[in-house]
Amino acid sequence: MSAGRLDVDALLDDPATRIVVCCGAGGVGKTTTAAALGLRAAERGRNAVVITVDPARRLAQSMGLDSLDNTPSLVPLPEGTPGSMHAMMLDMKRTFDEVVEEHADPERARQILGNPFYQTLSTSFSGTQEYMAMEKLGQLRQSGEWDLIVVDTPPSRSALDFLDAPKRLGRFLDGRLVKFLSAPAPSGAFKLLGAGVGLVTSVLGKILGAQLLNDLRAFVAAFDTVFGGFQERAERTYRLLQAPGTAFVVVAVPEADALREASYFMRRLATDAMPLAGLVVNRTHPLPAGAGARLDAGAATAAAEALEAAGSHPGASAALRLHADLVRTHLRERGLRERTVSAHPGVRVAEVPALPEDVHDLEGLRGIGAALARGA
Amino acid sequence: MHIVTGKGGTGKTTVAAALARALAADGGRVLLVEVEGRQGIATLFGSPPLPYEEREIDAVPGGGRVFALAADAEAALMEYLELFYGMRRAGQALTRLGAVDFATTIAPGLRDVLLTGKATEAVRRREGGRRRPEGRFHYDAVVMDAPPTGRIGRFLNVNSEVAGLARVGPIRNHADRVMEVIRSDRTRVHFVSLLEEMPAQETRNGIAEVGALGLHVGMVVVNMARPPLLPGDALSDAAAGRADLGELAAGLKAAGLDDAGDLAESLAEEVGAHARRVLLERRVRAELAGTGAPLVELPLLEGGVDRAALEGLARRMAEQGVRR
Ligand SMILES: Nc1ncnc2c1ncn2[C@@H]1O[C@H](COP(=O)(O)OP(=O)(O)O)[C@@H](O)[C@H]1O
Ligand SMILES: Nc1ncnc2c1ncn2[C@@H]1O[C@H](COP(=O)(O)OP(=O)(O)O)[C@@H](O)[C@H]1O
Ligand SMILES: [Mg+2]
Ligand SMILES: [Mg+2]
Repeated sequence: MSAGRLDVDALLDDPATRIVVCCGAGGVGKTTTAAALGLRAAERGRNAVVITVDPARRLAQSMGLDSLDNTPSLVPLPEGTPGSMHAMMLDMKRTFDEVVEEHADPERARQILGNPFYQTLSTSFSGTQEYMAMEKLGQLRQSGEWDLIVVDTPPSRSALDFLDAPKRLGRFLDGRLVKFLSAPAPSGAFKLLGAGVGLVTSVLGKILGAQLLNDLRAFVAAFDTVFGGFQERAERTYRLLQAPGTAFVVVAVPEADALREASYFMRRLATDAMPLAGLVVNRTHPLPAGAGARLDAGAATAAAEALEAAGSHPGASAALRLHADLVRTHLRERGLRERTVSAHPGVRVAEVPALPEDVHDLEGLRGIGAALARGA
Repeated sequence: MHIVTGKGGTGKTTVAAALARALAADGGRVLLVEVEGRQGIATLFGSPPLPYEEREIDAVPGGGRVFALAADAEAALMEYLELFYGMRRAGQALTRLGAVDFATTIAPGLRDVLLTGKATEAVRRREGGRRRPEGRFHYDAVVMDAPPTGRIGRFLNVNSEVAGLARVGPIRNHADRVMEVIRSDRTRVHFVSLLEEMPAQETRNGIAEVGALGLHVGMVVVNMARPPLLPGDALSDAAAGRADLGELAAGLKAAGLDDAGDLAESLAEEVGAHARRVLLERRVRAELAGTGAPLVELPLLEGGVDRAALEGLARRMAEQGVRR
């Protein structure tokens, strides 16, 4: 089965497209794809903003993102570019602080921001980055300043984390232990646990120490008052992701693990009624143009062996071995891609060839954008 | 103790397992610990998920034995409570309350201290238990498949991570004991990198970070290296697009191929791209060497890594001087 082509230009040109989310396993090229899409959109007349999470340093510099200021800044593009591109690097702690400040009165906000637990929560809770990326998306969407928002997702353990993190945080803050800590008086629920409250408190005290337990209580009590606001926002963003103006682009490299993750993610999007635009298979190894496309691996290897046996033309035999290698890689990648596509009939695919070097300037992004637009 | 980190996907689990085998090559007992709850070791060895239990997974020719453990914060907490406080029932109540989830969520430092605590306990463990402080060590080496470079500093610096939360008390004492092992000069932090810019950059940042924490950097494992297919001086010409098309066409013709002229043009492009990549890889390798850590190179294996392949990787490490 062969896949339909993902028509990136049609996606970017459609004014109804308001949000593009790039997701996938770690290291596959999400950030690169997001930036390339933003640039291409600008060059086709959109006013785009790209929220990136972890751009490689040189790529960030090429977009003028030397500082992490948590607000979009204009990417200098050549004169005559019909649209515009802004880019920002997410500062998760700052985003979190702002949400707290918005939802708590100043005194309580101060208590929360100064609590050691808040400091770990806002910098190292596995999921805060995802949560804050979505929060930022919600903010930018609401501001109405851009007609297209391209979101890069964090380098999570799992590509799904950014969908689940807000709920996980919510579940956790709604959890029994938090209730227990915020209302330490014996309550019915805890009798069910088969351990007396006294015992639990004493264990917590023993393991955590008294000071820690107090910090924790203070944090939970203060945070509880602002938490309703958090949950509501998370739900709003979640619904935004299901809206018709949103398009998910799942990025993978042609390797079994990354494609498995991509598959898993595409199924999940379907379950959650989130609109999939297509799959980007990045860093592929296409056959060369011209006569090379017709020379198979067996013939190339045989020819290389003949030259080596004759002891002549070492450059040509090396080129032939290289070619045989490329053909084998190409076939393996094609097999992996076909397997993924057949598990998701109807999915649209764009392939981006592996460049010999990293992508770290606008010119490189432009090249990626062009490859994306060429599609499969 | 050997702590293996690197950018995600560079082959930490694979390298940690190969290292464990290499360290067991001259006999002895080696423990391989994973801490990320991914069952990466079981996947690699093609075995069912590992329980929270040290299990022999591999016997090495020459008499060495490799054991594996999937450390898990919750199980480590239960063990800790029982061991130090005799509080198994309380531990169970904590689990039902979601206390462990809580710890992992709000204060990852607590989770880290439980995980590193388990691994360092295995490092300190002696034959005959705590009553015989002069007994020989239970394991000759412990290899940890650690979190990626992005989190390694925080993970290993449990001491200061929990210090922000607990200045005194039992957690703090535990953290101090853990830190003593991690800081010890018999502990090394190894980095796995590819010959690509981002993993190499992360390796350099990681080395600086780990060094600044006063920990000892071990080797840099350059994983998935590909042999260059071109003779040395041809590389820079090819990279610059100055391949000798006439000579290439003559070679193809001599090999009996049709369309030698067109084919030469086609292949010259492939050769050019390959050459540019090889030059980039050289640059990256030189940058990695510039860190001062010894480089150990492992080849890219076609068809992925299984048990037999692991044996091959362990041998390559041993050949490059990796031993206990
Ligand atoms: N098609 C490509 N060819 C060559 N290098 C690429 C390509 N796509 C991405 N890269 C490089 O791969 C690395 C990882 O890409 P990145 O976009 O940061 O991945 P992610 O955001 O998914 O972690 C970067 O160094 C980037 O320059
Ligand atoms: N030297 C190698 N040659 C070929 N494949 C490798 C090599 N090292 C690792 N791999 C493969 O790369 C993938 C990632 O390796 P893994 O050890 O799981 O990385 P990490 O633990 O860093 O995420 C796995 O599929 C593994 O089999
Ligand atoms: Mg990224
Ligand atoms: Mg791993």
